[in-house]
Amino acid sequence: MLWVDKHRPTTLAKMDYHEDLTARLEALSEDGEVPHLLFYGPPGAGKKTRIMALLRQVFGAGVEKTRLEHKTFKTPTKRTIELTILASAFHQEINAAEAGSGDRFVVQEVIKEIAQSYNPAAAMGQAGGRAYKVVILTEVDRLSRQAQAALRRTMEKYTAACRLILCCNSASRVIEPVRSRCLGIRVAAPSHESICAILNKVSKKESCGVLPEALAMRIAQTSGRNLRRALLMLEACRVQQHPFTAEQEVKVPDWEEYIAKLAVLLTEEQSPQRLVLARDMLYELLTNCIPSDVILKTLLRELLPKLDDQLKHEVVHWAAFYEHRVRVGSKEIFHLEAFVAKFMALYKAFVINTFGF
Amino acid sequence: MFGTGSGQGGKDVAVAKAQQTKVQPWVEKYRPQGVDDISYQDEVVKTLKNAIQTGTLPHLLFYGPPGTGKTSTILAVARSLFGPEYRSRILELNASDERGIKVVREKVKQFAQFTVTGLEKTAGYPCPPFKIIILDEADTMTTEAQAALRRTMETYSKITRFCLVCNYVTRIIEPLASRCAKFRFRPLSREVMEARLRAIGTAEGASVTQEMMNAILTVADGDMRKAVTTLQSAHQFYGGSSSITPDAVREMSGGVPDGLVQSLWEAISTQSFDNLKAQCDEVEMAGYPTMAVLHRLFDLVVAEEGVEDAKKAVVMAGLARAEKLIIDGASESLQLLDICALMMRTFLGKNRSAGSGVCVSTPMVL
Repeated sequence: MLWVDKHRPTTLAKMDYHEDLTARLEALSEDGEVPHLLFYGPPGAGKKTRIMALLRQVFGAGVEKTRLEHKTFKTPTKRTIELTILASAFHQEINAAEAGSGDRFVVQEVIKEIAQSYNPAAAMGQAGGRAYKVVILTEVDRLSRQAQAALRRTMEKYTAACRLILCCNSASRVIEPVRSRCLGIRVAAPSHESICAILNKVSKKESCGVLPEALAMRIAQTSGRNLRRALLMLEACRVQQHPFTAEQEVKVPDWEEYIAKLAVLLTEEQSPQRLVLARDMLYELLTNCIPSDVILKTLLRELLPKLDDQLKHEVVHWAAFYEHRVRVGSKEIFHLEAFVAKFMALYKAFVINTFGF
Repeated sequence: MFGTGSGQGGKDVAVAKAQQTKVQPWVEKYRPQGVDDISYQDEVVKTLKNAIQTGTLPHLLFYGPPGTGKTSTILAVARSLFGPEYRSRILELNASDERGIKVVREKVKQFAQFTVTGLEKTAGYPCPPFKIIILDEADTMTTEAQAALRRTMETYSKITRFCLVCNYVTRIIEPLASRCAKFRFRPLSREVMEARLRAIGTAEGASVTQEMMNAILTVADGDMRKAVTTLQSAHQFYGGSSSITPDAVREMSGGVPDGLVQSLWEAISTQSFDNLKAQCDEVEMAGYPTMAVLHRLFDLVVAEEGVEDAKKAVVMAGLARAEKLIIDGASESLQLLDICALMMRTFLGKNRSAGSGVCVSTPMVL
C-alpha cells in the first residue's frame, strides 16, 4: 500500500493542519445534520480526506465499507454512459464529469433517482443511520453548465432525503445558483512547514529514522504544496536511498526535466531550426499524454526566471492567451507551437532592442 | 438495505417526519406561503392580488436576479388560487427535468390539453377553471423548445396558463415574451432583508450581531436565498458563537477576505513582477475562487481615485476579457497573473517600447 493511502487520517480528530477548519467541521457534525457542502481548494490539500472523515463522524465506521459499482445508462439519445459509483450504505460517490457530454443526463436522472429512491425510515434502524443519505459529486467544476443548472432545483427539492457534497478545485467554475445553495468550505494547500511536519511523522511511523530537515523542505518545495505529491516523492526517495541524507536528490518527474531542457533551448537560440526542434519535443510530450495546459504552465514556470521584468509581462500575457486557445481549439500542437514561436520572436526583439545586435 | 417491511410500521416514519422538519433548510422552511408574505415586490404583488381576486390570470413571465422570490411568488399565487390542493393543478418543470423539444411537444402539451371543470372547488378559494404550467429556470431551455411552446400557449390559453421564470429575460425568445405579462423582480433592499433575517434569527434562536448582519447583507447583495443560507451556515458552522468575523461570512459564501485582496493590490502597486507572481501563487494555493478575486479587484479599481478614467477603462476591458476567458475554461492562475500584470503596467504608466505596446492593445479575436 502506498504511504499516501496508508497514512491518510480517517477521523477528524487525527487531522494534521487547518485546526480551526477541523474544529468547525466537528461542530457541524455534532448534531448529525450537514447542509449541502462545497469543498474547494488546490489539489493535494486534503479535501477528500476531510469529506470522508466528516462522513465517518456523522455515520460511523460504516462509510468505509465501500463497494465499487459499474453502471451503464441509456440516454434518451440512445447513447450509453458508463459510470463508476463508489458506494457504502450511507453514501455514493459519483464523478459525473466522467460521462462527458452526457453529464446533464447523469445529474437529471441518476442523482434524482438516488435522491428519490432512498428510504430514510429503513436506514434509521441501522447503526449510524440518518434521515438522509449523502451523494458526493467530485470534479463539479468540470461539469457542463447545463448539468450544473440541472442540480439547482434537485438540491432544494430533495434536501430532506439527500445531501450533496460537492468537491472541486476551482469554485469559480461552479455556477452561482449552485454555490449559493451550499456551505462553501475552502481547503487551502498546507504550508511548507505543515508538509515537513507530516513527512517527518510518516518517516518515523515507517521506521525510516529521522528525516533531514533540508531534505524535507526540498520535497515540500518541489511538491508545490501538494501533500499527495510530497508523500509520493518521499516514498520515491526512500526507495532510491536509505537512510536519508540531507543532500539527497529529490526526483522530479522526467517530463518536468524535459520541459526545463526545452526552456533552456528556447533561450539559447531563436531560429527556425530551434523551432523545429521544439516541435519535436512538444510532440514527444504530447504523445506521452502530458496535458497541453500542464506543458504550457510548466514551460512558463521554467522560462520566467530567465527573463527580464519587462519581458515577463509579455510572456505571461501570451501564455495566458495561448492557454485559452488550447482550451477552446481542437489541435493542441498548433497553439503550443505558436506560443513557442511567439516567445522566440519576443525574446529576439528584446535582445536586439536592448543590446543592439 | 432499503427493505422496508411493513413491520417497521409508522413510528419510524413519524420519527423521520419529525427529523425532516428539523433538517429542513431555513430557505425552504421560511419560504413565503401566501402572496402577502412576499417582501419588497410591491407592484408585482398588487397586480397579482387583483388577478387572484377576479380569478383571471394572464400568462406570466417573471424575471430578475436569483433569490428575489420569483419561484416563491408563483407557488404562493397557485396556493391562493387553488387552496391547499394546488399541486394537482400545476405542472412544475425546471432545469432538473428533461425539457427538450420532445417533452414540450408531448408532456407539456398533454397537460395543457386536459380540461379541469370549475366544479372541483375548494371552499374559500376562487379556483378558476384553468391549470398553471410553471417553467422554472426557463432561460436554460433551448430556443427550439421555446419555439415549440408558441402555438401551444395560444391554443390552450382558455384552460391553461403558463408562467415562465428566469434570470435573464433576454434569453427568452421574443414571441414567447410578447405573449406574457412581464414582471420584474428587484433585488431586495437591505432594510427589508435585515428585518426578515432578524425574524428568522429570533425564531431559530440564532444570535446575530450587527457586524455580522452587515457582512451578510453585503455578501448577499439583494439575494434573499443567499442571505438566509449564509445565516444558517454561520449558525451551524460556528455553532452560534458571536466570534464570527465578516471575513468568515464572506468566505462561507465563496468570497475572499479583505486582507488578501489588499495585499494583492499592494503587490500590483509595486514595480516588482516577482512579487506579484508570488502573491498570485498565494491566492491560488489558498484556493480562493479567482472569479471572486476579480470582482473585488473590479470594486477597488472603480473606487481608486488617483487613476485617470482612461486607464481605468483599459483595466476594465482587461477584467472583462479575463472573466470571459475563465468561463471558457482558461487557466485561472494564468489569467489572474495576466490581468494583475496589466494593471501594474497601466497604473504605473510605464512607457513601453514600440514592440511591447502590442501587449496591452491586442484585441483578442475569439
